[in-house]
Amino acid sequence: MSDITKQSLTELVENIKNKKLSSTDITKAFIERSENSKELNAYITEDYTSALDKAKKFDQKPNLNLKLPGIPMAVKDLFCTKDVKTTAGSKILNNFIPTYESTVTDNIWKEGGILLGKLNCDEFAMGSSNETSFFGNVQNPIDKDLVPGGSSGGSASAVAGQLTPITIGTDTGGSIRQPASFTGTVGLKPTYGSCSRYGIVAFASSLDQAGPMAQNVKDCALLQEVISSYDSKDSTSVDFKRNQYSKELTNNIKGKKIGIPKEYRVDGMPKEIEDLWQKGIQYVKDCGAKTIDISLPNTSYALPTYYIVAPAEASSNLARYDGVKYGFRAKGENLIDMYEKTRSEGFGAEVQRRIMIGTYVLSSGYYDAYYLKAQKVRKLIKNDFDEAYKKVDAILTPSTPSAAFKIGEKTNDPVSMYLNDIFTVPVNLAGLPGISIPAGHDSKGYPLGLQIIGKAFDEQNILNIAYAMEQKINFKNKITDWWIK
Amino acid sequence: MSIDLKTIKHISKLSRISVDEKKAEKLAGDLNSIFDFIEKLNELKTDNIEPLTSVAETTLKLRSDEVKSKNIREQIVKNSPQENEDYFVVPKVIE
Repeated sequence: MSDITKQSLTELVENIKNKKLSSTDITKAFIERSENSKELNAYITEDYTSALDKAKKFDQKPNLNLKLPGIPMAVKDLFCTKDVKTTAGSKILNNFIPTYESTVTDNIWKEGGILLGKLNCDEFAMGSSNETSFFGNVQNPIDKDLVPGGSSGGSASAVAGQLTPITIGTDTGGSIRQPASFTGTVGLKPTYGSCSRYGIVAFASSLDQAGPMAQNVKDCALLQEVISSYDSKDSTSVDFKRNQYSKELTNNIKGKKIGIPKEYRVDGMPKEIEDLWQKGIQYVKDCGAKTIDISLPNTSYALPTYYIVAPAEASSNLARYDGVKYGFRAKGENLIDMYEKTRSEGFGAEVQRRIMIGTYVLSSGYYDAYYLKAQKVRKLIKNDFDEAYKKVDAILTPSTPSAAFKIGEKTNDPVSMYLNDIFTVPVNLAGLPGISIPAGHDSKGYPLGLQIIGKAFDEQNILNIAYAMEQKINFKNKITDWWIK
Repeated sequence: MSIDLKTIKHISKLSRISVDEKKAEKLAGDLNSIFDFIEKLNELKTDNIEPLTSVAETTLKLRSDEVKSKNIREQIVKNSPQENEDYFVVPKVIE
């Protein structure tokens, strides 16, 4: 079957259960396509031999009750995988081989998933274009020299390019939803506390969440069902009753109240984004939902708040990379010199920039003016959502203020790069779930996404809304295989 | 506000990241444009607002203080940059 890689996760699982395909067939097909797709630079580490072994082992005694029976998949290289190199896209972890497994990936393997390899990402997940990776930028399958978004750029590229049927990313300020939007795929950032952070290379611990990325909403729901779990190894993991997201998925959203926040109509937003949003509003109405105009008055303060909170937490988290216990070490004349050279040579420019911002805002004399101030504004932003959710069940916005841009277009202007995350960042600050679904194309034919934001732990509801909208939108991703010779 | 080269050198010391003149100038430019953007927060009055430290509204769970990972010394030192099976090795500290 030559079209194996074109199948959705749901179809692949069905075909395994019907014995029309074996895990080996599927694994071979994705390996072959990945081998032919090196131009995308989606992988940092390939684990094909081991994947085939695992597939063969699965086929010898297939357990068809599992949720991902013998399904191969590649994951973002931010998840620690036991005995498989984990770099976080950084030189400083270029030789790091974890001796333990992240909870999220462990959940996947327990349900029958098979690791294909580790996917490229912005260094320590800091970036919106996958251009900060030590392992080079990633190509967007949509068009040559187009960024796939970031930081889960390799993940988005691999799903859109059909190098993996599904994947997982992490989202600290938009790193799942923005690349999903740029590549015409679906990406869910779950509620903070839904998926364990254990074994994920930390960026900003009060914001980081792992989440699923897929070609459609149903696949996304199934993967969320697998990865979300309470975990005592993550002190902020929340013990709540998790839904069977894929089984409970319904397109019946009649009577749901959807908020449309006026503050997301930002200055300079292209008309095609506004038009897309209006189309989205019409789609939810067509599904029987009601739209209500709402206000999230502190929206414009979210990005400045994020660029204090996230770097502050990052500067603290990344203090562990000192060349002593693991990772890259530079030669130094003494201990301090070794630390300083290791970090100067081991971290890339964007990571150093953020460590410096974080160190500054936490330093003596500036803490109150910046960090404390940002935490107070963060409270205001969360209050905005709490207030809105008294009136609505979910909120609909564009995912990004533009479609994907060209490689190199924004690398010299950090602030213009940061503005990519203007619609996604507030969701992380408030700890809410958000999903991006492909909803149309811009004038160049590049995909555009819409975001549905939910109440905390209400993933089922936003998945349902996304599912209903998906059927109305009937989006077709234009993948030409331009990179395959 | 403006972040000068002296401040950059100070932050780089605190961050344990060595910075030469050229890099310091580039960083000063970048950080100034980022902080110009961040200054927007000063528009907001926040005197009586409680800072939000965590969105997880649960209290931290307690657990018994037990050793769960035994005999993992080998695993712990496995990734150390300088090989020595028992210790982490660093440049000489005591003169």
